[in-house]
Amino acid sequence: MSFPLLTVTAAVPALGAVATAAVPAAKRAAAKWVALGFSLATLVLAAIVLVSFDPDGAHFQLTESHPWIKDFGVRYELGVDGIAVALIALTALLIPFIILAGWHDADPLEEASPNRRWRPTQGFFALILMVEAMVVISFEATDVFLFYIFFEAMLIPMYFLIGGFGDRAGGRSEEESATQRSYAAVKFLLYNLAGGLIMLAAVVGLYVVTADDLGTGTFSLQQITDARAAGTLDFATSTERLLFLGFFFAFAVKAPLWPLHTWLPNAMGEATSPVAVLITAVVDKVGTFAMLRFCLQLFPEASKWATPVIMVLALISIIYGALLAIGQRDIKRLIAYASISHFGFIILGIFAMTTQGQGGATLYMVNHGISTAALMLVAGFLITRRGSRLIADYGGVQKVAPVLAGTFLIGGLATLSLPGLAPFISEFLVLVGTFSRYPALGIIATVGIVLAALYVLVLYQRTMTGPVKAEVRGMPDLKVRELVVVAPLIALLIFLGVYPKPLTDIVNPAVDHTLSVVDKKDPKPDHPVTDAGWFSYSPMHDRASGGAK
Amino acid sequence: MSHAATVHSLWTTAAVSPPDKIPTPHIEYGQLAPTLIVLGAAIVGVLIEALLPRRHRYAAQLFVSVVALAAAFAAVLGLAAGDYGTSKARIAAMGAIAVDGPALFLEGTILLVALVAVFTFAERRLDPAAHGNRVDSFAAQAAAVPGGDAEKAAVKAGFTTTEVFPLLLFAVGGMLIFPAANDLLTLFVALEVFSLPLYVLCALARRHRMLSQEAAVKYFLLGAFSSAFLLFGIALLYGYAGTVTYGGIADVVDGTVREVTPALAGTMGNDALLLIGGAMVLMGLLFKIGAVPFHMWTPDVYQGAPTPVTGFMAAATKVAAFGALLRLLYVVLPGLRWDWRPVMWGVAIVTMLGGAIVAVTQTDVKRLLAYSSIAHAGFILAGVIAMTPDGISSVLFYLAAYSFVTLGAFSVVTLVRDAGGEATHLSKWAGLGRRSPLVAAVFAIFLLAFAGIPLTSGFAGKFAVFKAAADGGAGPLVVIGVISSAIAAFFYIRVIVLMFFSEPRTEGPSVAVPSPLTSAAIAIGVAVTIVLGVAPQYFLDLAGQAGVFVR
Repeated sequence: MSFPLLTVTAAVPALGAVATAAVPAAKRAAAKWVALGFSLATLVLAAIVLVSFDPDGAHFQLTESHPWIKDFGVRYELGVDGIAVALIALTALLIPFIILAGWHDADPLEEASPNRRWRPTQGFFALILMVEAMVVISFEATDVFLFYIFFEAMLIPMYFLIGGFGDRAGGRSEEESATQRSYAAVKFLLYNLAGGLIMLAAVVGLYVVTADDLGTGTFSLQQITDARAAGTLDFATSTERLLFLGFFFAFAVKAPLWPLHTWLPNAMGEATSPVAVLITAVVDKVGTFAMLRFCLQLFPEASKWATPVIMVLALISIIYGALLAIGQRDIKRLIAYASISHFGFIILGIFAMTTQGQGGATLYMVNHGISTAALMLVAGFLITRRGSRLIADYGGVQKVAPVLAGTFLIGGLATLSLPGLAPFISEFLVLVGTFSRYPALGIIATVGIVLAALYVLVLYQRTMTGPVKAEVRGMPDLKVRELVVVAPLIALLIFLGVYPKPLTDIVNPAVDHTLSVVDKKDPKPDHPVTDAGWFSYSPMHDRASGGAK
Repeated sequence: MSHAATVHSLWTTAAVSPPDKIPTPHIEYGQLAPTLIVLGAAIVGVLIEALLPRRHRYAAQLFVSVVALAAAFAAVLGLAAGDYGTSKARIAAMGAIAVDGPALFLEGTILLVALVAVFTFAERRLDPAAHGNRVDSFAAQAAAVPGGDAEKAAVKAGFTTTEVFPLLLFAVGGMLIFPAANDLLTLFVALEVFSLPLYVLCALARRHRMLSQEAAVKYFLLGAFSSAFLLFGIALLYGYAGTVTYGGIADVVDGTVREVTPALAGTMGNDALLLIGGAMVLMGLLFKIGAVPFHMWTPDVYQGAPTPVTGFMAAATKVAAFGALLRLLYVVLPGLRWDWRPVMWGVAIVTMLGGAIVAVTQTDVKRLLAYSSIAHAGFILAGVIAMTPDGISSVLFYLAAYSFVTLGAFSVVTLVRDAGGEATHLSKWAGLGRRSPLVAAVFAIFLLAFAGIPLTSGFAGKFAVFKAAADGGAGPLVVIGVISSAIAAFFYIRVIVLMFFSEPRTEGPSVAVPSPLTSAAIAIGVAVTIVLGVAPQYFLDLAGQAGVFVR
């Protein structure tokens, strides 16, 4: 038996959560270092996964398979494809920054706590690691049931993170922000739980269908796709559509797709900035990832059937999210709406069913994670300094805190997909991929870019430029800890913006495989592109034109 | 002469031979050992009350109860190990009791639940000592008028109602027979044997005695009502089939009866007798399960009864009653399934939705748990309707999982107290997570299990019954099931919000430090919840093997 690398990668943060929670109440500071240590160990493991993954090898690699609940046909099956590897790497990369950025977010307000057992700091970091463990195993699971369990269980630590450790800088009374916070946490949980329960019905349905056709029910993705290819498993059209809708609903809530998005601005607004990053950059990715892995591969026919509606919803998400972002007065809610717009792009790319579209969508997941993390974390530093989330309370920050303003600008420019920064390539690919199949939708989606420029630049202009406001005067610039958080993220944005090849090499074979399951071929370009372009777009193009199987 | 003989032969017959002696019934003592041990111990408990001095009774009763329940459980294990649940399943006691897989599984569950419940019954550290005597959750003297002089004197003298232990054992004895009963009369007797002690137990709360007595009266009146339904139904079924044995009735329903006597020939075509009789028996059982529309008693009784009793009742009664319902539907009335399945569909739907929706408005923890138990009854009914072996085993698994969560949750409720006893109003639970994170976390685990969050037993159980239901062609029930789960999740989450995200109130309740007894009960609840959630396969296997009724 080979070394269970994937299990260990998920188990280390889980162990870290236990270890962090076990740190005695008096040793708060130690808990932070324990958590950071475990998150760094996970990062090392994720790097090993990344290195040992062979992009040109089998579709699922590093697989592990053990029987778990025989009666339900459930196996403990792990395996990664290129998409999963990229997202695991993203998760493992962001968590240490999230922990560092939230270093003081869970310090008790008064040192003499009335109850020796109340250990919020330990709880905060333990919950973050627990979420990391569950997210990682969701990316690894190739058994639908196993995935579902962690997809659903993840909600509980997230819920406590949102509701228990809200943003103290709301400029409101403690009581009011507690009410707002618990409202946001409950809204988050109910939306996602409702989605998850609908999916549960579909999971049960999947079992029944496979049990009917194969004799024993199974949730193994590999087994189901193999059986479908061999013709032994055949979904009735209506059944497949219903099951698809059950799965898609849950993922669309998580992603979130308009009109199921309304929990996100509340949750991101009320949570502390690191937790907001955790939500949008890490946890929500499970939703879009699952669309690629489960919706498309389990239900290819139904996916094609639903594509027109989903494309339109994604388009609405793009435009609507951007428009609402422009109208926000609260910095964090603005970033939340911007994220909704970006998730629209990701879903648009996935359901465009072209290699560029899906490859771009996968890159988008990674790049959006990094860019939003950069923007949101710097915004968090800014908000902690001033104690307000309202844009109107700021002005002229770049004169007193130039480094902060500069990093904020780079994060913002990445969010609006400035060429040269990582998100540009993914957004471009999504648009190209969409355009080649649905020109009209591609054109409308482009409007989203213009709107993005508007909300980012207006945000920057209002907060950072202009006369220095009295409250902003004397605002300290970024400290060492904060620089350690921001600088690597920005470096990565620039690196992947200039040289995305390592990422595309990992992702593309997986995307090709997904498309081959869906049985979609790229439309022939009217004017074959001969210039490979400066961001080494060629491997994808080769596959697009020559790789039709 | 000949004429006279002809006339006489109309109403007399010649005495051929003297009638046989009544045969001695053949009783398989070994196979009935679990029930016999428990009932025997209950009688010993009565003798202890009669003969032992007051100060020794508590220890003696506790000892007898624990030993008897453990011994009975060991007997169940022995029977199961001896293949009495599978290949050697048989009908014992002259056709009155079935010893088979479902019976043994449910008996084992009931005995374990009862064992844990005894711990909570025996808890004496939660209430402040009265006149230097440690007291439990039960009235000092049940016969004394609440607040009267006699009661004050009894409290001062340090009386305690140690009768609760034999009462519990009698109830358990009845519950052991109930799911194993193989004829309708045994079913009825078992019902009364476990119901009557429960009525009394409900009335015995030390605090809020009026509420407790009101609950007992309501439970008794409605219970008597449902017993009457059950009995009338039994009479009609007897009128239809000419027999009360399950197998006999099933034969007549299926039309496979071997010997059709003239009397039977006259009644067996009468479907009205069968349908009305079957429906009335069902009603009696649905009442005990707490299914809508026979659920009216549940919230009041759960709220008024002493909390340890509520926990026991909520867990064990449900197990026993579902066992009896399963046997009735799967052994007696399978031939009638096209008639009862639509009805049970309706009952399951209104039970799931009704319980979940009404629970949303509750402000008392015990009432909340009562409505939640109604919703759960609906989920279990979805599995019952499946009419497959999978359906049986999934229901068995769900019952085992659910009963320990329930018991644990009610045990936690006994810990949260203020000056007036248990603080069951939800507003008083605000901020509990800050005062006592451990207790709040444990209660949160139970609530998440109720809500069916993965990695808890609640999820495994829910998945099992939904899978069975969908397999059995009840897909729409599954959809309604998940919708009511979503509604139910709302109020479970609301309690968690209250505990963790609300500011503690200054005059809020404190969490009593329990003795090892209640701690053990809660710890067992948590352990079962997590083990059945993470590694349910062994228990699913067990329930799967137990999924065949003997007939």
